[in-house]
Formats: sequence, C-alpha cells, structure tokens
Amino acid sequence: MSHLPFPILIIVVPLISAFLMILLGWLRKSLCYLLLIFVLGITTLSSFMILEEVLWKGSIHYRLGGWLPPWGIEYVIDPLNGFVLLIVSTISLIIGITSKPMVEREFPERAIYFYCLYLLQITGLLGIVITGDLFNLYVFLEIASLAGYALIAIGEEGAPFASFNYMIYGTIGACFYLLGVGYLYIESGSLNMADLTKLLPGLLSSKVTLIAFAFFSVGIAIKMALFPLHVWLPDAYTYAPSTVSTLVAPLTTKVGAYVMIRVMVNVFPPTFFTETLPAALLLRWMAGLGILFGCLFALAQKDLKRMLGYVLIAEIGYIAMGIGFGNRNGLTGAILHIMNDGLMMACLFLFVGAITLKGWPRKIDQLQGLHQTMPLTSAAFVLSGLSVIGVPPTCGFFSKWYLVLGAIDAKQWLSAAILLASSLCNAILFFRVIEKAYFGKAGNEQRIERPILKRDEAPLIVLIPLWVLTLGVISLGLFSGTIISNIIHLTIPASF
Amino acid sequence: MTIELIIGKYNYWIYISLMMIGFYAMIAKKNLVKKLIGMNIFQTSIILFFISIGSKKGATIPIVEEGVKTIQANQYINPLPHVLMLTAIVVMVSTFGVALALLLLIYRKYHTLEEDEILNLRR
Repeated sequence: MSHLPFPILIIVVPLISAFLMILLGWLRKSLCYLLLIFVLGITTLSSFMILEEVLWKGSIHYRLGGWLPPWGIEYVIDPLNGFVLLIVSTISLIIGITSKPMVEREFPERAIYFYCLYLLQITGLLGIVITGDLFNLYVFLEIASLAGYALIAIGEEGAPFASFNYMIYGTIGACFYLLGVGYLYIESGSLNMADLTKLLPGLLSSKVTLIAFAFFSVGIAIKMALFPLHVWLPDAYTYAPSTVSTLVAPLTTKVGAYVMIRVMVNVFPPTFFTETLPAALLLRWMAGLGILFGCLFALAQKDLKRMLGYVLIAEIGYIAMGIGFGNRNGLTGAILHIMNDGLMMACLFLFVGAITLKGWPRKIDQLQGLHQTMPLTSAAFVLSGLSVIGVPPTCGFFSKWYLVLGAIDAKQWLSAAILLASSLCNAILFFRVIEKAYFGKAGNEQRIERPILKRDEAPLIVLIPLWVLTLGVISLGLFSGTIISNIIHLTIPASF
Repeated sequence: MTIELIIGKYNYWIYISLMMIGFYAMIAKKNLVKKLIGMNIFQTSIILFFISIGSKKGATIPIVEEGVKTIQANQYINPLPHVLMLTAIVVMVSTFGVALALLLLIYRKYHTLEEDEILNLRR
C-alpha cells in the first residue's frame, strides 16, 4: 500500500477539511458531523498503515517538495512517532464519535466552528508528532495550541479567563521552545532532527548548546504541564466544555511528553541529560514532587472534573519520571504510559461528559445513586479508575511496573517509594468517588429532585465508545507484553 | 573588553532587555491588555534575536547577480532565520487575534479587564 502518500495525507486531509467544514456548514449543517468522522477515520487508517509499514520496513522519510533533508522539511516516521501517531488518531476518532450529543446539548449553534477547530487541533497534534524538523514542530505546536485556546474558551462561565491564562503560559512555553531552536541553529546550523543527531555529539561542550537545551526543557515542560509549570491546567480543563476536555486532556499533554522524549533522548544524545547535566536529576525531582502534589491536591477537590485535572498532573509526573531515570525500563514505562494514560484519561473525562449529559452534577458528594441510574457508565469509570490506581490486569499496572523497575535499576529508592505511595493515594481518590456513586445513600437531601431512581443510561453513541476505551484499558494491559516487545523496544535508542 | 561586549553586540542586549520587559509585563501586570502587550513585546524580541543571528557585517541580500561565478558566503546575509521569522510573525499575529477575541469575551462577561477584579467577581 506504499503507493499512497500516507505521511502527507494524515496532515493535509484534516487541515483542508477544517476549512471545507465551514463551507459545508453553510450548506448543510447536518453533514458536518459525518465529515468529521470521515476525516478522523482516514487519519486513523493512515496512521495504522504507517505504523505497519514502519514496523515491517523501517523508518519512512517523506520529503516535502522533494527538497533533500538538511535544507528541506521532511516528515520522518520511526517506531516511536508511528506509535504516538496511532494513539493520537485513534483516541481522537473515538472522542469525535461521542462529540455529537455533547455538542448538541452544550453549544448547538456553534457546532460548525467547533468541528472546524477540532480538526485544526488534530492537525496540530499529528503534525507535532510526524515532523522531523524542529521549526516545523514549533509551527504545529502553535496550530494545536491556538485551536486549543479557542476550544477551551467555548466552555462555561470561567472558560475565557482560564483560556487567556493558558494562552499566556502557552505562549511563554512556545517562545522558549523557539529560542531553543534559535540557539541550536547558531551552534549547529541545522534544524533537521536527524541531521542534529549527527552534529550535536561534537558540540556538547559549548555553552550555546547548554542554553538551547535549557530553553527546550522549560518550554516543553510548560506545554506538557510538568509540576511547577502546571498552573494553567486545572482551570483550563475544568471550565472547558466536556467534549473539549475529553479531547485535549488525554492528547495535548501526551504529545508534549512525546516532544520531551524526542528532544532529550533522540535529538540530543541520551547521555547528555543524564551525565553531562544534572537535568535528569532535576526532572526526577520535579516529577516526584508533581506526583505527590497532584495526588494531594486531587484529594482536596470537590469537583470531579477538577480532581481529574490534578490526577492528570500526577500522571504527567510519571512520564517525566520515567524519562528522568535514563534507563531502558524507565523509558519503556514512560512510552507505555503515554498510551495507557491517553486511554485512561479519555475514559475518565468521557465518563464526566456522559454524566453531565444526563444532567448529573460534577460535585463528588452529589453522586449518590449513580450506579442505579447509569450502571454501565459507572462500571466503565470503576474499571478505568482501577487502571489509574494500577490494579494488575489493567494497563495502568504495567506502565507503573516498568517505572518501578526503572527506579530500581537507577537505584532511586525515593522515586520508587513515591510511585508506590501515589498508587495508594490514587486508591483513596477513586474509592472516594466509587463509594459515593455505589454506596452513598440515595434520596439524600441533595438529590431530592430525582426521587425515583430509574435506569437512565447515557446514549449509545457515548456509551459504546466509552466501553471501547474501557475494554482497551483492560485488553492493552493483557497485551502489553506484545506491544512492548514489538513496538516499544524498537523505539528506545541502542545506548540505553 | 566590556565596552566592546556591550557596543559590539548591542542588538543582543536590546533583545534581552525587550524580552525581560515583556516577561515582566506578562507576569506582574494586573491588566489583561497590558499582559497581552507584554506578550507581544516578548515575541517581538525573539524576532529581533533571529534577525540578528542571520545578519553579517558588510553583507548584502542573498540574491546572486547574473554572471557571478564564485559565491562567497560571507558576502550574503543568511536568509534562513529571516524566513523562519516570516512564519513566526504569522503565528504571533494569529495568537494576538485569538487573545483579543478572548479579551472581548472576558469583557462581555465581567465588564472589566483587571485581573484582581475578575478574581473577586468569580469568588
């Protein structure tokens, strides 16, 4: 199937369709949703084809306009970004399917623009993952972020203000990244990642390279909401419309994590941040504090969505910690956690979306009787919650297992202790919600408006994708050995 | 030595000071429009930085005249950083546009653009 240029289709199709969407919306509003699903279907199919080809035949190099690599922009797909590409496109397809009822309930008059922005967001995220050029990555980063600011601002009362704050932080992050590109260009004269991998080992003693690395790390850390730079995340994701937070929460931060792995491990030589600089040590500390902070603040929240926001900060901490160990098991855990956390977060935020759709409040102490009215939906929440805690058959267990192995290999006992303690903390977090939803007394004073608890599930268009994600959480856990040996081991550089 | 460091590389010093002014405004100012202006100064300083790294003393625009056989690289300005900045300007203008739209939304909701007043109103 190599006669079709999948690497370019995966970017061009959503980008062009985003603008066609507005034209189509003027003609027939009802077709917009179908176009969205069609386009996301194409990207998912192409990313599947790309990953298959990469695994069988090795990396794909797609040269835009036929220019040779160090001068022209090229798209490079190796196992690492082929894998992330598949995760991003599959999750965005599943969330895209569920968007219809939520859009109709929350902002029916702005549906066309929402679908347009949705496609732009996906274009940006896929572009960040697929490109092999540092400056091109900056452009896609800004496409994804701008679409994200606009999408978040659609939401409820505090949304525009939260989105503005996110924009200030996000712009600082992107500008720092751009400065990093500039300093690296001064030193090496190249913007191409593969070219830089060859050039940089000779330039590591220079101060300019150090500055470039510092700007890169801080910029990317803001974009992926790593602990002291996470401040924008809880507000932005709480006030965003439910379908938007379901889309951006699992994907944006994971793509940021991918960029961090790409820059720290692939573009710079991996020994640079573990041995030459104390960057890995710093990363581990930030990640460890982030995990503890995220868990503790999640415990203090009354709003379910905001609680999930803080859980997300802790999860980002896991990925950063895995990178910070700087060994094979740690990096395996980090890459595996990109997939697992994407699935779990999509599932949990989709659950919040599903109960909001049926008029349930997001306050945790008002969830009594939820399992009687929505048994299947709450069962999905329980299963993905167990995965966040790290209970064996679910996928969350396996990434944590590798992270703990990485901690032991690196002899970081404190980090291992933090990882285990956070599981305990997550258990308290989720059992607090489960206890309210399953064992809380129905007909309490807060729930008088719904005295008879009839069964009232979320619509099938939400329920089926929710269960697809939940089954994914379980089955990818069972098959994680296959995924690790067939994909993830190929992504880790040989020096690890 | 120090004088040479300051005067000889004045464009980099201007870039650093502009960047810090913008950074200060983004962090310390309470008015959202002032924050936005700070963001714009911050981004503009990066343009100055990139333009500086491309330019050379006594060099000209990178267009090869007819009949020139040997090309001396130090006679021409490096065009690549300038081209990158064309793209970055587009990104910055669109960020500015989205930010202004957000400010409009905020103003319609709270009838103020002072951060502390908005935080009081939301309490």
